[in-house]
Amino acid sequence: MVTYIIRRLIWGVVMLAIVSMTTFAIFFLVPRLAGATSDSLAARYVGRTANAEQVKIAAERLGFNDPLIVQYGRFAKGIVVGADYNYGPGVERCPAPCLGYSFLTRLPVWPDLLTRLPVTISLALGAAVIWLIAGVATGVVSALRRGSFFDRASMSIALAGVSLPIFFTGIVSLVLFSYGRPFAITAPGGSFTPFFTNPVQWAYSLLLPWITLAFLYAAGYARLTRSGMLETMNEDYIRTARAKGLTERVVVFKHGLRGALTPILTIFGLDLGLLMGGAVLTESTFSLPGIGKYAIDAITSQDLPKVMGVVLVTAFFVVLANLVVDLLYAVVDPRVRLT
Amino acid sequence: MSFLELNDLRVHFPTDDGLVKSVDGLTFKLERGKTLGIVGESGSGKSVTSLAILGLHKGGRAMISGEIWLDGEELVSASAEHVRTLRGKKMAMIFQDPLSAMHPYYTVGAQIVEAYRIHHHVSKAVARKHAIDMLGRVGIPQPERRIDSYPHEFSGGMRQRAMIAMALSCDPELLIADEPTTALDVTVQAQILDLMRDLQQEFNSALIIITHDLGVVAELSDDILVMYGGKCIEYGTAEDIFERPEHPYTWGLLGSMPRLDRARTERLMPIKGTPPSLINVPSGCAFHPRCAFEGRTGGKANTQVPELLETEGGHLVRCHLPREERRAIWENEIKPNLESV
Repeated sequence: MVTYIIRRLIWGVVMLAIVSMTTFAIFFLVPRLAGATSDSLAARYVGRTANAEQVKIAAERLGFNDPLIVQYGRFAKGIVVGADYNYGPGVERCPAPCLGYSFLTRLPVWPDLLTRLPVTISLALGAAVIWLIAGVATGVVSALRRGSFFDRASMSIALAGVSLPIFFTGIVSLVLFSYGRPFAITAPGGSFTPFFTNPVQWAYSLLLPWITLAFLYAAGYARLTRSGMLETMNEDYIRTARAKGLTERVVVFKHGLRGALTPILTIFGLDLGLLMGGAVLTESTFSLPGIGKYAIDAITSQDLPKVMGVVLVTAFFVVLANLVVDLLYAVVDPRVRLT
Repeated sequence: MSFLELNDLRVHFPTDDGLVKSVDGLTFKLERGKTLGIVGESGSGKSVTSLAILGLHKGGRAMISGEIWLDGEELVSASAEHVRTLRGKKMAMIFQDPLSAMHPYYTVGAQIVEAYRIHHHVSKAVARKHAIDMLGRVGIPQPERRIDSYPHEFSGGMRQRAMIAMALSCDPELLIADEPTTALDVTVQAQILDLMRDLQQEFNSALIIITHDLGVVAELSDDILVMYGGKCIEYGTAEDIFERPEHPYTWGLLGSMPRLDRARTERLMPIKGTPPSLINVPSGCAFHPRCAFEGRTGGKANTQVPELLETEGGHLVRCHLPREERRAIWENEIKPNLESV
């Protein structure tokens, strides 16, 4: 078990190294192949008003004239021990984990991400609670009343939920439910309030995004739970449970759902890990200052270090979620041996 | 009235292709302390019968008619909730494949404790003690350690023992074993059969053994009921069935038993053909398309459904062949072949 975790952690680090190399290559190698010079890259840091001489000095100071492999080494080292950046006005310390320096704001990326992470985590966790409860409950009832009106109706809605994009459902919910609208369920203001500032306001500000995001996922979970339940309720051990004289409720929840939940746990972990890197569409539809919104803004302003930072943080959460899911799997299913 | 009585039990399933008559008019009696073997091919209605007795078809699509009397109570018309309270306590079942019949995510102990605590309001510690005791009684070594194992950590024979411990945990008066040894290898089969016989004598319960293997019922049964196409086609004591079988299908089953005392080429005499469709049951006698003696019934085989009639002393047969003819065929044509070296 311990050796398994250590091995998986090492593999996780290797994965992250590969991801960082790939992103670094995309943002620094590919532009060069397309004809960019170290000067044109440095020009982004010093701004359009700078003259050619200043740009050359900045390029030298930022190390853009070094071989790419050295530049990557510096970037990777920055993540581990921090780095010093000097783009002109003076040396700036970028403490570890240094994910680079924004072209535009001239601020390190990591503190930016840290301030945005609570928004993304609040959005993801709140939505996850809603979609897990709603999706699993719908799936269980649909499976038990297979072919009933409830089953058909909920599975049709689930199909819609899987198919409709967030920028559609999000806007519909904004039109119907935001403050001042006919079925308002949010407080005025609407911008994000940190949980520790005011929990009620926090929940209010996130209610619509939660529901919108949860709708998308709940649909998939309902279908998954339904098919899982239909399968486990046909297992021999369910017949055994009934033969013992257990009430149907215990048969369904303790024996049936227990078997059906295992694959759902896997997907839940991975979905949650991915969402930690920002629910891009939800955050931009509802103007939530989370990591997804940050990524969109960075891409539209071509602020490459920010984009790299988001990619790396997302990769980190996905790798972490994979590890956690695999460990949990062994807890949930005693037949699974971690070796 | 006997401890268990089935009276004209019918279990039919409506399907898109038509009505499946899985059990079609089954009647038998069973006393405490006695063992009944129900024998037949796959799809003959054996398992459906046992599930009907336990009331496990209730709430499903099955249409059930007839009567099931257990210790003076009629179960077909009883409420599902009432039958549930009897399940596990008054009547219990041992299933065929213990690996799939036990929940893979719970320990063996947890599953026995659960079975016990449904019907006894005791603490977990008391139930656990009882579970260890039960595991010991079915011959599992070091039960206090093995109780925390998961089913997949047991061998096949140990799993079946655990399954038996679970079924017996509430001292059921009726125990139904559905193919209890099919998934086990031969040496373990014998151990499990011995165990079931010992436990039955200890608990004085009524036992129904459902199997397609005549060898299994030969070991244990007082009475044997042979099913074909959802109907009883022969019923009698074990001696009747093995010494004086009168139905051609029973002869076929006896001929299909592998026996080492026969010449190599003659060890098996399989019944030709396949089990009948339960939707389009053959006209007349359901067995006639596969029967070697169909021509000797005077043309009744495919026109009239034969009655289940007593030949002597409780021995019942459902066959158009005249009784004398059946006896003659058995004595002169079948028995010598079975016994030839």
